[in-house]
Amino acid sequence: MAKSNADASRIAMNGLIVDQLRFMHRGPYSFGIPSSSVFGLSGSSGSGKTLMLRAMSDLDPYTGRISLNGIDCQSLSGPEWRQKVAWLPAESLWWHETVGAHFWKRPSLEWFNELGFGEEVTQWEISRLSTGEKQRLAILRLLQHHPAALLLDEPTASLDKNNIAVVEKFILKYLSDCQGLAVWVSHDSGQLDRVAACHYAMQLDGSLRQLR
Amino acid sequence: MNVIPLGAFELSLASLLVLLLAWLSFRTRLEIEKPLLIAALRTTVQLSLIGVVLNTVFASVNFWLVMLVWVVMLTAAGYEVMARQKVRVKGPGRFFIGASSMLVSSFSIMVLILALVIKVEPWYSPRYAIPILGMLLGNTMNGIALAMNTFSSLAWNRRAMIEQRLALGQTAIAAVEDIWRESVRTGLIPIINSMAAAGLVSLPGMMTGQILAGNTATDAVRYQILIMFMISSGTGFGVILSLWLMRRRMFDGRSRLRMRDSFHVS
Repeated sequence: MAKSNADASRIAMNGLIVDQLRFMHRGPYSFGIPSSSVFGLSGSSGSGKTLMLRAMSDLDPYTGRISLNGIDCQSLSGPEWRQKVAWLPAESLWWHETVGAHFWKRPSLEWFNELGFGEEVTQWEISRLSTGEKQRLAILRLLQHHPAALLLDEPTASLDKNNIAVVEKFILKYLSDCQGLAVWVSHDSGQLDRVAACHYAMQLDGSLRQLR
Repeated sequence: MNVIPLGAFELSLASLLVLLLAWLSFRTRLEIEKPLLIAALRTTVQLSLIGVVLNTVFASVNFWLVMLVWVVMLTAAGYEVMARQKVRVKGPGRFFIGASSMLVSSFSIMVLILALVIKVEPWYSPRYAIPILGMLLGNTMNGIALAMNTFSSLAWNRRAMIEQRLALGQTAIAAVEDIWRESVRTGLIPIINSMAAAGLVSLPGMMTGQILAGNTATDAVRYQILIMFMISSGTGFGVILSLWLMRRRMFDGRSRLRMRDSFHVS
């Protein structure tokens, strides 16, 4: 599905297209991710997976081109782009006292329920959340702007087995509902087999190798 | 009505009190006698020198001479603000953000007050212009230094959090809105407190000086109120301007946080 070093302009307009992406002495990376699909990515820590996600959400300077459904990153402001191409960091940070204060658009109750929360979760204090609860809430927080592309940095690393299945199902349902796409970083190749259409590994030298 | 002049003998009588304190410190091993004596000596020398300088400046109402004094005062204040930052902007901005904010706020307020409120002729009369800028700068300097230090330190410590807010699609302004508010408050609280306590707890120095010099208390009070308004507005506008300039350095044109590129811990 994804073509490494392919001529990006020949890939269909829909989806996320990364063309000659370079950042922090890394790259160039060229690949395309079609709509409604997941790009699996693994690789040992320090190989630069997180840096690539940061560059793709325009949080770090880069050269080359990134476009989503035909819209070039540079034609939008940084915040507008990040609302469409949303990065989920491996560890979520929280800055207000309560869960609800982090939501400017209240997600549907259905979403909360699907991830195992009741309506009262918005009143909860951040200091009382467990790591796993924080991670599931961080996913809901990320989806407020209904991003069309998710850059998921080990989204289930802090979850127990049951919740891993819940979160996988939830994210895949979200992507199919809105024809969204995702880069899914994981150390668990079993998980990438379940969720991703293809699986690339980032080598220590920074290059991408297709495993599947 | 004139203030009773003080001679060298009267001053040395007062200095005996300082010497007595130094002796007490020495005997009880407080180890504060050395800094105390050095500071007392510095205050004597520095103030005597500035007395001579001011006498010269007052005697000739020369715009350029007044200007020179202003520039020296402003530069000193700029360095002081810079020295009080733990996390500093890289490059010349580390001096110019504070200095230009004080220039714009203190200086323009001073000109406004001299020309339109007190209506001195000419507006740069050194007898008014130098002490007023001195009082303004002394206070805005404190406020700006506090606010800038709070803002850059908090942004540095919370940079990961600011990036996560950006990652959620927040604008640069929204991503630092809480530390912005906290920094402005930190810069303004001292002057707000001293306005609230004035007359009840403290008689501000300028008013005390005028009363000692034989002015009526009513006149002294009016000047003091004027000065308080100038200081609080000058501090407020200066603080906001300096933080605005600093925030521009924190983010690039794509609203990316550039803390590591533009700031360093001194």
